[in-house]
Amino acid sequence: MVDLRVQIGGGLELKNPVTTASGTFGFGQEFTDFIDLDELGGIFVKGLTLKLRQGNDYPRMAETASGMLNAVGLQNKGIDYFIETTYPDIKKYKTEIFPNINGSVVEDYIAVAEKVNEIEGINALELNISCPNVKEGGMAFGVSCPSAIAVTEAVRKAYDGVIIVKLSPNVTDITEIAKGVEGAGADAVSLVNTFLGMAIDYKTRKPVLSTITGGLSGPAIKPIALRMVWQVYNAVKIPVVGMGGIMNAEDAIEFMLAGSSAIQIGTANFIDPQISIKILKGIEDYCKDNNVSAVRDLIGALEV
Amino acid sequence: MKKVQDFKVLEYSWLNDENYILKLIADDEIPEIKPGNFAEIKVPDSADIFLRRPISVLDVNYEKKTISFYIKAIGKGTRKLGQLNIGQTVNIVYPLGNQFVVQDEKKVLIVGGGSGIAPFVLLGRELQSKDVDVTFLMGGRTKNDIFLTDEFSKYGKVEVTTEDGSRGEKGMVTHHSLFKSEFDFDKVYTCGPDPMMKAVAKIAESKGILCEASLENMMACGIGACLCCVTPTHDGNKVVCTEGPVFNTKELAW
Repeated sequence: MVDLRVQIGGGLELKNPVTTASGTFGFGQEFTDFIDLDELGGIFVKGLTLKLRQGNDYPRMAETASGMLNAVGLQNKGIDYFIETTYPDIKKYKTEIFPNINGSVVEDYIAVAEKVNEIEGINALELNISCPNVKEGGMAFGVSCPSAIAVTEAVRKAYDGVIIVKLSPNVTDITEIAKGVEGAGADAVSLVNTFLGMAIDYKTRKPVLSTITGGLSGPAIKPIALRMVWQVYNAVKIPVVGMGGIMNAEDAIEFMLAGSSAIQIGTANFIDPQISIKILKGIEDYCKDNNVSAVRDLIGALEV
Repeated sequence: MKKVQDFKVLEYSWLNDENYILKLIADDEIPEIKPGNFAEIKVPDSADIFLRRPISVLDVNYEKKTISFYIKAIGKGTRKLGQLNIGQTVNIVYPLGNQFVVQDEKKVLIVGGGSGIAPFVLLGRELQSKDVDVTFLMGGRTKNDIFLTDEFSKYGKVEVTTEDGSRGEKGMVTHHSLFKSEFDFDKVYTCGPDPMMKAVAKIAESKGILCEASLENMMACGIGACLCCVTPTHDGNKVVCTEGPVFNTKELAW
């Protein structure tokens, strides 16, 4: 038996390192025909805001080489709807549910964090300072050190549980932001969110996305994400939750070797709704085949 | 219940050089498929085609475990799906989306154009099983755009319009004479190009009858997780893959 448990900061233990990334897995309910959610280490649910958001206009998606661009823009029914309607339905699953919180201004983040603080059964939140698809707030907080620190400090005061700050890769030096939020009270960091990109239809000479630019995800970004995880792992003491183009167990193991304590499966969920469980089985098989008794032994085990 | 399932290519029927029917066969049971449902098809052996392709189910045979799709080869994914080997494995996620609603209609009109005719085989069959009087109205630019009329004639009367008059009445579907005579349909179902569906919905609304339209949209997941495929409605953005693809046209803010 491989010990699959991992610690992801603030004393929070997951039963295994495989989780699903915010915005790619709905609230889990969308996947119950395909997999047993109880098997997952955790679910980072769709991004939540204080009030209902309609998101961006259509088109919101463009297929690219080995990936896709999205410009969904945090469409969600608001934190109150989550608390009153969604969470009561999903709390029965024996997996860690992570609300992913967003805001246009610091006060929004505080208000959402205070509401999350009152939810019984929720142990951690993901503080999203890296959404590239909203006009105000979002990534703006995550691309400058002072604002990343300010929002993390504010949420730290408002929230008693574990805070995982989701970082943007659209920065000069991601380790500076990571160190900043670590100092501001983050228990862990998750990275990377999507890369700002764009797609053009050469025939119409128009942008494909309604927002012109959008967030690139999928295997196209994996080598850059892996590099950033490695850099951040070496720069901070708090756990790193790695993601970015993980399509199979091999990719997931590479992210763990680079320093991820847990991994998030994102865009791959769109291609195969059962991929998260397949990746978990693949990690377990790798450990068995390589005499790794505890999966945590893979974290940062890169031999350089 | 939705599932992920491997099929094998059983046969192709080419209707012309860019329209074809892909028939797949499975080892396992096929879940119940409703008129309007679609599947997300993974294009096999195509590293450059990242996402699945959402395609309406044309027909299904539960005993023989076959499913077929009417596909128009318009992009790299739909072209590649027309070039597979017989026996090649194709993975699909299905059945997805909502369905055309059949309640207590007595006489209905089904208006289709282009690849939008795909869901109307299953719909026609269901309506026929409930003894509903069905009229199909199929539109195209020329006679070469009109397909499957023999199939549709099993379930009801088939009318055709072509813009060049090479088959049926000349003009757009909305110019057909049936709109000028006594209009006694109690429901209209439509699927095809947006401008056609909008025009059909407008007529239905002016006659005071319900119109359901099945929308096409660029999709990633097909199961309501990514929220990429939205359409504006009078009640905000709705997700086409799970809240649609079939909508009461009165809801749509198009």
